[in-house]
Amino acid sequence: MSIPHRILYCHCAYAQVVPPETKAAVLNHLSASAVAFDAVPDLCEMSARRDPALAQIASGTNTTIVACYPRAVRWLFQAAGTTLPEGARVLNMRVAEAPDILSALALPAEAP
Amino acid sequence: MSGAGTLRIVLYEGPGSRPLDGAVRSAALRQLLENGYSVTRVGNGAGTAAAPGDGPVAVLGRFDEAQPAAAESQGDGRPVFFCNVEGLEPDGVLRGVEALHARANTTPRPKWKPWFPVIDASRCTNCMQCLTFCLFDVYGVSKDKQIEVRNPTNCKTDCPACSRVCPEVAILFPKYKGGPINGDEIRDEDLHREKMKVDISALLGGDIYAALRQRSSDAKARFSRERDEKRALDERRKCLTKLQQDLGIPPEVLAALPSLDQIQAKTARAMADSGEDPS
Repeated sequence: MSIPHRILYCHCAYAQVVPPETKAAVLNHLSASAVAFDAVPDLCEMSARRDPALAQIASGTNTTIVACYPRAVRWLFQAAGTTLPEGARVLNMRVAEAPDILSALALPAEAP
Repeated sequence: MSGAGTLRIVLYEGPGSRPLDGAVRSAALRQLLENGYSVTRVGNGAGTAAAPGDGPVAVLGRFDEAQPAAAESQGDGRPVFFCNVEGLEPDGVLRGVEALHARANTTPRPKWKPWFPVIDASRCTNCMQCLTFCLFDVYGVSKDKQIEVRNPTNCKTDCPACSRVCPEVAILFPKYKGGPINGDEIRDEDLHREKMKVDISALLGGDIYAALRQRSSDAKARFSRERDEKRALDERRKCLTKLQQDLGIPPEVLAALPSLDQIQAKTARAMADSGEDPS
């Protein structure tokens, strides 16, 4: 399996809509891996601030965003003034279980 | 709102630095995120990582030297501040970052639950119903006459009212509990359900505001006749509770509904601001 070029993890820090056990498992596994990644407290908050980091992240050619619903993520980027490329992958922690997210990230599912 | 001046964190474990203890790294990451800091983790492994954004960068690591040359590129031309976290527990790492604000001329970000509407432009028909409905001036009209979210921080936390009146289900609140308002895909039955909710206003007499005001004045009239304050309040509470349950709109928002004249005046102001003749 290929390793994503750039991984963005959203902690959704200011709401309780993403299962905490999913967030904890994904963050712990990312942390334990040797993979480079960006972790942000809250994509919604960045979008509201029109944070220029979003444009830089979107400019990548092989980006995986671990957050919530893809439709929400895409329009959050748009609201911040940048378009997420068609090829960007969005993994939904509100719906998918941690093992499925980790598998999509090519990270081992065993406890770190 | 701008991202300028935001302190970005790089957790650096590349050349010139030793890896952090796994438990400390994981806990420190979580603490930093929960305190509003974006963190880029850089190691010796795969993937791309250079702290995005335009603010100063704080590089944390167990450095072999004061400022590892390989880590200096993390700033990409921005000011870089180094913080050696050797021997620190996770809360010590957080304190180390907080102590950098004075040197970096940045301030910690105030905590705010980011609750605001996000427009799905692929569905929006620019009908402006959201603008006329919103009580808090969240929406505006751009110079090219498109609806836009102009004041996201004005939005009433946990109020999805504008998404309820949108006839195209084009307004998202990513932190809402249910779909499709939370961004979940829209199914035919969702479209039908959303339309039913909008049609509640028709069931109440064509104008949800007028219906509420009528019920409120009826309750007041009863209060006058019967001098029964409790009954009048119960009536109002019953009305608001029903609407709150049906639409998920906070009762204080329903209680503050504007008059039709106010709505029309607001629409006219928005169009005038965008340069269009409101008449």
